[in-house]
Amino acid sequence: MATRSIIPFGPQHPVLPEPIHLDLVVEDEKVLEAIPQIGFVHRGLEKLTQKRDYNQFVYIAERTCGICSHGHAYGYVSATEKLLGIEVPRRAQYLRDILEELSRIHSHLLWLGLLADAFGFEALFNHCWRLRETILDIFQRTCGGRIILSVLVVGGLAHDIDDADLKGICDKLDGIKRDYLEIMDTMLNDTSVKSRLCGVGVISFEDAMELSMVGPFAKGSGIEHDMRSTGYGAYADLEHFEPIISNECDCYARCKVRAQEVVQSIDIIKELIAKIPHDGVGGKSKAKVVPEGQSHVLIEQPRGEAFYYVRGNGTKYLDRFRLRTPTSQNLGGLVKALQGVDLADVPMIILTIDPCISCTER
Amino acid sequence: MSYSSKSPWLIHYDGSSCNGCDIEVLDSMMPLYDVERFGIINTGNPKHADIFLITGAINHQNVNVVKHIYDQMLEPKVVVACGICACTGGVFKDAYNVIGGADKAIPVDVYAPGCAVRPETIIDAVLKAVKILDEKAAKMDASEKHR
Repeated sequence: MATRSIIPFGPQHPVLPEPIHLDLVVEDEKVLEAIPQIGFVHRGLEKLTQKRDYNQFVYIAERTCGICSHGHAYGYVSATEKLLGIEVPRRAQYLRDILEELSRIHSHLLWLGLLADAFGFEALFNHCWRLRETILDIFQRTCGGRIILSVLVVGGLAHDIDDADLKGICDKLDGIKRDYLEIMDTMLNDTSVKSRLCGVGVISFEDAMELSMVGPFAKGSGIEHDMRSTGYGAYADLEHFEPIISNECDCYARCKVRAQEVVQSIDIIKELIAKIPHDGVGGKSKAKVVPEGQSHVLIEQPRGEAFYYVRGNGTKYLDRFRLRTPTSQNLGGLVKALQGVDLADVPMIILTIDPCISCTER
Repeated sequence: MSYSSKSPWLIHYDGSSCNGCDIEVLDSMMPLYDVERFGIINTGNPKHADIFLITGAINHQNVNVVKHIYDQMLEPKVVVACGICACTGGVFKDAYNVIGGADKAIPVDVYAPGCAVRPETIIDAVLKAVKILDEKAAKMDASEKHR
């Protein structure tokens, strides 16, 4: 009879850029149970709506998470605009979605790099992050910031991105795509990569449905669920959009979904840039107060579906801002996926949900 | 800085940062910025580390974790607060769970502001930290001889 022991994992651990604590109950090398403990990054961000007015809160919403910063600002301003009844110009919507897709590419490249690092493929790690720098350069050129873009305001965009810059983005993306396809080939077809990923951390289609998983974690288990299919913003104007899914249900499937989504995002951006209208980008909302009432929006973040809810109370401060992040949806799936795996596979399985603790805990 | 007496290793801990600064800290170790050319290596073990990079504000849950990591590091050691949240609490200063900057928990030697802090600023701060590390080591040597 093997003895049971508990291995504390985190909050400070080399594989985790962010703090989360897991108590891994192990018997020999097998993990029987993983008990998460969270709260290390909790700031109490939602309550700050009572101290910052609805225009100032965009900055706070954007700083929910540094990787999907644009997405959080996008969700918040969309929900607030819906409540205020503001119609945003089409060009602003296009630019928002272009930036959102660029964020998706940079988030996925970052993740692919971290995954390569987790299974010990240093060169691949560095190549992914090298490519990612090109996207950050685009952000810096068009928005000013590398990580926090601060380009969204309630009512539109703080400034326009002119057509010459958009063309520059297209050219850069062509260059990225060429390099990326080479990296993707290694990522998906290399024997050493496959031997670490295939058949590891399996979540069946039924379990994924049961646990309401979202994003690439769900898509890797064959669930065809992507909020972009609903056609919010400029996505409605796309010729054709179909979520990328995979039926293997393991770490490899999640890796494949994300790897292919990068190529899909590049194509989406190029299509949007080709079709972009010229009707201005709007500007900061002049409304003195937010009317009583509530609204919500759902958007597709790099990590999956995110839900934003705002409630106004007739003052310039919002009564309530609520955010449900993809990672909080996926934690249930993570705990399930960790049951019965080898201890050596734990870091990889944790990574394949692409955990974003700072969004989850806010 | 033209010369450092040793290759300092650093440890990174994410306080309650939004991730932006953490990613930039990792980014400064990537091929483009590459702090490894100064002999700097990112380690996960506090006992191996000379420089403690902390990002994000201190909150009620992580204050003991930060103190614990600091206590495990051996002297001489230097603390660098990366990003405005680690410096003062930043935009989250008014949030109910945030105590303030990293200096509310441990003594900070170098402040690197920015939201998110840029890799250039991190490199600059780390090089300043290396200098302080040398000074602290020299002071320790002197007091040793005095004894």
